[in-house]
Amino acid sequence: MTHPPPSLSDRLRAHGISRRSFLRYCATTASLLALPPAMAPRIAQALEAQRRPSVIWLSFQECTGCTESILRSDAPSIESLIFESISLDYHHTLMAASGHAAEAAREAAMAENAGQYLVLVDGSIPLGNMGFSTTAGESNVETLRRVAAGAAAIVSIGTCAAYGGIPYANPNPTGAVPVSEIIRDKPIVNIPGCPPIPAVMTSVLAHFLAFGELPELDDLGRPVVFYGQNIHDRCYRRPFYERGEFAESFDDEGAKKGWCLYKLGCKGPTTYNACAVLKWNGGTSFPIEAGHPCLGCSEPNFWDAGSFYQPLSQATDLDSRTLALAVGAGVAGAVVAGVAGREAQKAHHEAAAKRAADRSKAEVSE
Amino acid sequence: MTLLDFARGPALEWAAVIFVVGLFWRIGGLIFLARARPLSRNRRDDLWRGGWRMVWSRFVPNRVFRDRISLQFLAGWVWHVGFFVVLLMFEVHILFFEGLFGLSWPALPNTVILVAAAVTAGLLVMLLIRRATQPVLRAISGFDDYASVVVVLLPLLTGLASYAHLGLAYETMLALHLLSVALLLVWLPFSKLVHVITMLPSRYVMGVKFWRRGVEV
Repeated sequence: MTHPPPSLSDRLRAHGISRRSFLRYCATTASLLALPPAMAPRIAQALEAQRRPSVIWLSFQECTGCTESILRSDAPSIESLIFESISLDYHHTLMAASGHAAEAAREAAMAENAGQYLVLVDGSIPLGNMGFSTTAGESNVETLRRVAAGAAAIVSIGTCAAYGGIPYANPNPTGAVPVSEIIRDKPIVNIPGCPPIPAVMTSVLAHFLAFGELPELDDLGRPVVFYGQNIHDRCYRRPFYERGEFAESFDDEGAKKGWCLYKLGCKGPTTYNACAVLKWNGGTSFPIEAGHPCLGCSEPNFWDAGSFYQPLSQATDLDSRTLALAVGAGVAGAVVAGVAGREAQKAHHEAAAKRAADRSKAEVSE
Repeated sequence: MTLLDFARGPALEWAAVIFVVGLFWRIGGLIFLARARPLSRNRRDDLWRGGWRMVWSRFVPNRVFRDRISLQFLAGWVWHVGFFVVLLMFEVHILFFEGLFGLSWPALPNTVILVAAAVTAGLLVMLLIRRATQPVLRAISGFDDYASVVVVLLPLLTGLASYAHLGLAYETMLALHLLSVALLLVWLPFSKLVHVITMLPSRYVMGVKFWRRGVEV
């Protein structure tokens, strides 16, 4: 007699997690997703019934930072157990199998769960030379197309998968593109960040598991609930901005007093993420709290949007050299046009004087 | 490239180039303009004194017209001062100039800037409505007059909105603010706004001419 695979509820109990803690987790997830409290039991019910949905994690042009982010969540948190409780059938870094055995595991998972598995992608996909990034002799773009064909949905983890990220930055030597430029017929949710916040990743997965659909997304394909507000609006240093109190350097009195980092190039005002609310390392801190300006890593093209340390109010292309050249061009143009205009003016006056003289001469002769 | 990247990058760069080239073009044109030599003898000496006096005397309303133009005069003074206070004394604007020229100076508190910007924008709107509704003003106003007020007003309104996080998302509002500044830079040399540069020299020239003819300035 074969036993059905254990449900999430069974697995949590096996890990010593009480039902009360599990329900608290569901309530927290509902709260994170801005769902009404009444939805918490529904999340619990749906998650309890889940039989380890198959997840295939594809890593392309990436740095493994997104995987590190999930692994370094304050284990053994309930979030990490939730993650353990999905069937992560393929992940380069985490799986024990390697080589042909690993690829066989992926093929088997795809065949057994056709149309139902989730594909998580980190890293951008090179379209330049297919040899730039391959797995088992197959180019990244082919792997993505083949695996995505049978997926229920795709989650682009990190800015590289969501918007191209660092590989996509100018001059983009590998011709890197985000997932959304290759796959257009599947639901895709972007969870940008370099790396993304662990709780955001797990909450989006929990939402999909509980409701069978992706959460509400903004125009950049991000869950509105986590990316709906900019970091500046939720930053604890905001009052210093309002009072005009800024750190001028990383070691001055302003920096020591925790004043606003706008002058040091903080991109918080134009960056939409939950860093200032959820924070990192179990809610310990986030980059601005650690004294460094926000880089805007969850926004498209953050790498090419001027220097990280240039204030947002400064022009990125304009400099005094350009202005000096413009002054030179303006003066030269004005001199040439002025002299030509003066000559034309003189010629006009002389012609008018000659006409008048001719007229008076004609009158005299008459 | 996002709208903000475009505004901070190529838009501001090209607008500044057009502004500088256009300004020098206009100044060069005025300098090289051939002028008729005065045919009469000077009535008074010290011509520079007449020019210098007129530069300053026109900063206050003429006694004859004082009652009739005091509102317009005062409103004009206040919004011009307010505009320059906002432009030059706002922390974020000083950062812009510092990035360009490497120079910075102390800023006024944000609250003062906010009040100055609101008063300036309010007065500009009031003056624009007055220009459009008063029959005499309307008769002597052309497209340049209306457009110049609007082009000056836009950076103030978009700046206020982005500071107060009103309307569109902050980065969109900031991009619109920078684009409105770019529009102002492009419009200025080729419109009546060029008086920013020509006003004081032309007062001086006018003062010299009046003084030469013996007219008290």
